[in-house]
Amino acid sequence: MSRYEVYVTYKQGIFDPPGATAERALANLGYEGVHSVKIGKYIQIEADGGLEMVREMCERLLANPVIEDYRIVTEGEA
Amino acid sequence: MRFGVVLFPGSNCEQDVVHAAQTLGLTAEYVWHGDTDLTGFDALVLPGGFSYGDYIRCGAVARFSPIMAEVVRFAERGGPVMGICNGFQILTEAHLLPGALLRNTGLRFICHPQPLRVERSVCEWVDLPEGTVVDIPVNHNEGNYYCDDETLQRLHANGQVVLRYCEPDGSLASGGSAPNGALDDIAGVCNERGNVFGLMPHPERAVDPLTGTTDGRPFFTAIVERLAEVAG
Repeated sequence: MSRYEVYVTYKQGIFDPPGATAERALANLGYEGVHSVKIGKYIQIEADGGLEMVREMCERLLANPVIEDYRIVTEGEA
Repeated sequence: MRFGVVLFPGSNCEQDVVHAAQTLGLTAEYVWHGDTDLTGFDALVLPGGFSYGDYIRCGAVARFSPIMAEVVRFAERGGPVMGICNGFQILTEAHLLPGALLRNTGLRFICHPQPLRVERSVCEWVDLPEGTVVDIPVNHNEGNYYCDDETLQRLHANGQVVLRYCEPDGSLASGGSAPNGALDDIAGVCNERGNVFGLMPHPERAVDPLTGTTDGRPFFTAIVERLAEVAG
């Protein structure tokens, strides 16, 4: 069994309302020089079957390729 | 003429759709998400709600329900399918309609009557003249329509943009009239063939005069008339 971490984020150019709100809120708190905040999803998976299967799961269910990119990090044996 | 109203765990507008159909003298019956048979249905409606709790993304889990393989086959044979609100989200996730529905730009759940402008389209579900303004409630948190530039051009070129959010007089505000940030004020789109239609507003809630307006009626009657003509 392997452990994977999947990061799902909006594609470049797609407006991310929660990220934009966090960005404004940070500015309101007085933080200067915050140029961008993006909010996405973080998914932990423990599975047999290998990276290719995890990629397929991302394509079919965990991410929507129309609006989202995903990045898989293999964390090694669980 | 029988409408099938596809019921997913978490759907919550199915009774409104059945009530709307019955008010108009039409027959509508529920189809369970676990069913695999659509025999005898002439048109399908995927109602609004929160199928599977909106987990992962709205509609992302529902699209893998057993019935959805049959819905896809029904649509591919030219059968009329309308997805309302969550039903629209499910149809985009199932790739029966282009694009996706993102979170409303204001981060608010919106719920109010909404003027909509009918565009010239190939949609089989709509038979209203271009420019007609209808008043129909919206009720959603993820109704911000998005597609890439190439898809948007194709939608306009093919007549697949069916409804747009507008001002009460039918005009489009320069900064956009969509209450949710939708691209190009798009409230409803159809597929290239025109038989699959998705919209965020709820026409079923604008059928009975008790609820304020009857502007939603044509969205159920036009397809019935069209099917009757085809059956000849």
